[in-house]
Amino acid sequence: MARMGFDAQPKLRILSDSDIRRIHESALDILENTGVMFRSDEALKILAGAGAVVDFKAGRARFPKKMVLDAIAGCPPGVTLYTTDGKPAVKLEGNEFHYAPGSTALKSGAGDGRDAKEAVSADLRDIVRLVDRLPHIHLQSTAVVVSDVPRAVGDLYRLYIVLKYSNKPVITGAFSIEGLTDMKNMLAAVVGGDRVLAEKPVAVFDVCPSPPLMWTDISTHNIMDCARYSLPVEFISMPLSGANAPATIAGSVLQHTAETLSGVVLAQVVRKGTPVIYGGAPSFFEMRFGTTPMGSVETMMVDVCYAQMGKFYGLPTHTYTATTDSKLLDMQAGVESSLGSVLGALGGINVISGPGMYDFLTCQSLTKLVVDNEICGMVYRLLKGVDTSDDALALDLIKSSGPGADYLSNPHTLKFFKQEQYVPGPVVDRRDRKNWLARGATDMITKAGEAVAKVLAAPPPASLSANQSSALDSVVRGIMKKHGISSLPLGPEAAGA
Amino acid sequence: MDSTAILEGLIQSVIQGDEDSAGARVREALTAGMDKAAILEYGLSEAMNRLGRMWEDGEVFLPEVLLSARVFQACADALEAAGGEAKAPVGRCMLGTVRGDLHDLGKNIVGIMMKTAGFEVIDLGRDVTREAFVEAVKHHNPDVLGLSALLTTTMGEQRTVIECLVKEGLRNGVKVMVGGAPVSQRWASEIGADAYAANAQEAVEKARQMLGVR
Repeated sequence: MARMGFDAQPKLRILSDSDIRRIHESALDILENTGVMFRSDEALKILAGAGAVVDFKAGRARFPKKMVLDAIAGCPPGVTLYTTDGKPAVKLEGNEFHYAPGSTALKSGAGDGRDAKEAVSADLRDIVRLVDRLPHIHLQSTAVVVSDVPRAVGDLYRLYIVLKYSNKPVITGAFSIEGLTDMKNMLAAVVGGDRVLAEKPVAVFDVCPSPPLMWTDISTHNIMDCARYSLPVEFISMPLSGANAPATIAGSVLQHTAETLSGVVLAQVVRKGTPVIYGGAPSFFEMRFGTTPMGSVETMMVDVCYAQMGKFYGLPTHTYTATTDSKLLDMQAGVESSLGSVLGALGGINVISGPGMYDFLTCQSLTKLVVDNEICGMVYRLLKGVDTSDDALALDLIKSSGPGADYLSNPHTLKFFKQEQYVPGPVVDRRDRKNWLARGATDMITKAGEAVAKVLAAPPPASLSANQSSALDSVVRGIMKKHGISSLPLGPEAAGA
Repeated sequence: MDSTAILEGLIQSVIQGDEDSAGARVREALTAGMDKAAILEYGLSEAMNRLGRMWEDGEVFLPEVLLSARVFQACADALEAAGGEAKAPVGRCMLGTVRGDLHDLGKNIVGIMMKTAGFEVIDLGRDVTREAFVEAVKHHNPDVLGLSALLTTTMGEQRTVIECLVKEGLRNGVKVMVGGAPVSQRWASEIGADAYAANAQEAVEKARQMLGVR
């Protein structure tokens, strides 16, 4: 069954092969004997037709082992995401890892993040423009919920803004059943039709089960629609250890496995070969305060463990780490975001969501995105590992140079120093104290704010061609008409205007 | 091509550390009949000045600055070999790392930057005894003496060298500059040094100030 390993890079394994095997067998046991609830008769009928044992009254489907194993075997081993102009951008397979800004925050915070406000369309536009320019964050996300548009188009309008200001692939999701189809139509308009979209996906749709072991009507339909349109679907199982999942790491991973596999089964039953991503956003419940810390080390351990399960199944993986529970951008924010970014990457997780986010998963910050981009850059360096070629080992050089040699002006140094060292952006201070003082003695948050201002002061890039843009506008105008919406904050302008 | 364009080309070649291109620009300038002192001052030295500022701003890396310094030196030698009078050095600078200290990285960079700034540089090396400093000052009569120390255990030797210079009646004839990781302006003032420099670029600036040169 295992199609991927952990070879040839710095890596972290927490579960042994026999642990993985036990969790796998236990998840099959749960799926076969306990089953999972789907709040959709349509889904239950489809599952029953494919061999599930369905109790329609209880809304529960039980899956024979073979059905689950067949579904896993039918999944593609990886997903390549494309830019909106058709270039391969991000490969989700093996141990490749890519960061995506945390998505669907409610608030947006400026400066040190203390005074976060309800996010509006312009905030999302700024986030998208910034992420477009951050070299170590390869994916976009519909990063915030925008409060200045009607709820009916809240999901798809975010996608509209992302597509308008960046051509990086996007992690997104629908808030309703029909929202997903509207969003698919928008993506198809941009890339040149449904077929191109299926062949060269530009977006991933997050779909979340409701723990423990349930899928809502919307989630269920979103899975089925993704399968029908051949859109990559990313399952985001969120066991809260001790609250709606067992209080143990192993139990939480087991529940996560069963929930995720049940989503995999539905997607593959609707259309074999549907690209799926084995994702999640678990949290180890904080028993003192009743909160859901993303920055707790146990949360990250659950992340790495379930990702091992995903790798065991040969599927691309995702997690929600690289974020913090702090309410402001302080040392806690730095500690938790760094630890999560490193552990996610060491776990070989293909999509790591979270940069920019703080205050659990409720706030997005331009400032933090700039800082997190540096963390990501350092992690990429870490995971690049050590060059041990003869030239890099420098045996001959050290021997011929001898004691007391000066390496600074040696050609070997000139050749290697840039490729060996990750050179961080200006927000990371490495000057001596005197120079630091002379340059205003600024802190990281101030410098990150300056970096943000610099990006936003430049003219916004046109991510779409004129044709793509008008095709997208036309789809969105149709959706606006359907909902009786006459205008939206950042366009499209009404027809004929 | 007019002389401004040739000089700008030379400056860019030096900044990029491209010795072949810089050499070609120097020959071009000579063929165009430009004054050697002008090539040195407005081409080669200007390039190093710009690089120094870029380095302070974190825009270039130390190994690249040192590569450019090598290109500078090669071009300056070529100018001299082309005949005629070389420009007189702006001053004589003597450098050394004090006794007990084997760290000479910073001192070497100061030497290179001083040279590119037009100073004649006499480098006494590392682990230099107080007696050797005194002898060398007597013999070479430098305008500036740079004492380097990287260790808190060896920085005291900077004070001793200054005391020896006083004792020998040499102190008033030379400007003493100190540097090194544990060294500060406060320490420099305490031991009676004339200047403290935090890095090579600053060492050049302080030396120029003390000697009243551009």
